[in-house]
Amino acid sequence: MDDEPIVRWYWIGDHLGYLGHLLADHAVIALVPVLVGLLLAVPLGLACARFPRLYQPLSAVFNIVYALPSLAVFVVLIPYTGLATQATVMIPLTFYALAVLLPTTVDGLRAVPDAVRQAATAMGYGPWHRLTSVELPAAVPYLIAGLRVAAVSSISLASVGALVGRGGLGYLFIDGFQRTFPTPIVAGIALIAALALAVDLLLVGARRVLAPWAVREKGAGS
Amino acid sequence: MNWLTWLGDFFTAADHRSGPDSIAHRVSEHLVLSGEALLFAALLAVPLGLLIGYTGRGVTVVTAMAGAARALPTLGLVTLAVLFAGVGDTAVLIPLVALAAPPLLVASVEGVRGTDPDVRDAARGIGLTHSQVLRQVCLPAAAPTLLAGFRTATVQVIATATVAAYVGLGGLGRYVIDGLATRKYAVTVGGALLVVLLAVAAQLFFALLARFALPPGVRAQHRAR
Repeated sequence: MDDEPIVRWYWIGDHLGYLGHLLADHAVIALVPVLVGLLLAVPLGLACARFPRLYQPLSAVFNIVYALPSLAVFVVLIPYTGLATQATVMIPLTFYALAVLLPTTVDGLRAVPDAVRQAATAMGYGPWHRLTSVELPAAVPYLIAGLRVAAVSSISLASVGALVGRGGLGYLFIDGFQRTFPTPIVAGIALIAALALAVDLLLVGARRVLAPWAVREKGAGS
Repeated sequence: MNWLTWLGDFFTAADHRSGPDSIAHRVSEHLVLSGEALLFAALLAVPLGLLIGYTGRGVTVVTAMAGAARALPTLGLVTLAVLFAGVGDTAVLIPLVALAAPPLLVASVEGVRGTDPDVRDAARGIGLTHSQVLRQVCLPAAAPTLLAGFRTATVQVIATATVAAYVGLGGLGRYVIDGLATRKYAVTVGGALLVVLLAVAAQLFFALLARFALPPGVRAQHRAR
């Protein structure tokens, strides 16, 4: 390792197409679960906001889900979903995303001041209309804060899938490690960080458009 | 049904009851590695976070950096560190510290910033120096937030330390990785189960700590929230 530079640029130049392919695979594996997680978190969050008794046990379950080591879950799924398939990695990632998004959704829905809710009712909004035009928009800043955490973690976690044969850019870590060749590892870390940054900026932009009143950061769960 | 038999085999196998591959030994390796990572992360992040939170300088930078650090893939950092530092605890501690430091940093910044400004002013007013205010007023007030940060960091570190086994180190990840390599799913699942139990135990520990070890005044406030 003494004479090996951290990055051999020619390798990156020679493998641009390959890196692009891994990047695209990585984006799918990491981000589709976040979208699915969001689609599940909103109705579940609504149910929890309406029936607070549901929230306590559900949040306990998702606390445990969040503690599951991703590698172990991937491995346990292999007999059902197959080695090196997208499903093996995407199913657990969906649950991790949900574990982050459910509390933020509930917090967002709870943060609507009672006065606002009552004002909407007084103006003649029915429960459904009130939900779609008052409560959900008010929760948007919270949802986006949750999405930022979920997306970035998912992008980083997806690379562990490489150990079960499907980790997008994570494959570069295995490759570089097995050949004692740091260039692919550095390229993988850089591309993952770049993907995370791009998605994060996209979400910040989305907040500007969807919730222009939320100038200040709303509390993101860590 | 066969899951139960598998797990029974895992927990009763002779190798797993004593010797270097015993469950007790692997659990202690896992705990030592996680504990070291948390200790170094805390030494690094907490004083810095308290200072930044107290002065209010650099809060934006720190929050942005903590968010960016979340994007760093642990597996990538571990493999890279092993290539340059060789197989050893250091190679795994670097990525684990990088994982644990951001939540601790954010929690200590937020905790101190959440201190009631009137209380801080009052403390200054009765003649406390800045360092006394920070230690005697802001630190206790930040304790609940800090504890929540430690909880997040601990759970993440315990779950992620599993990856250490890929580069040849010990801990519960050994079972997961070795089981995968030898196609013995019972071993993998058993290892995974132990990691989960450890993480859940850590969460319970922090929940108890939050209930009993916090300063009484802060505790009441925390519960009311």
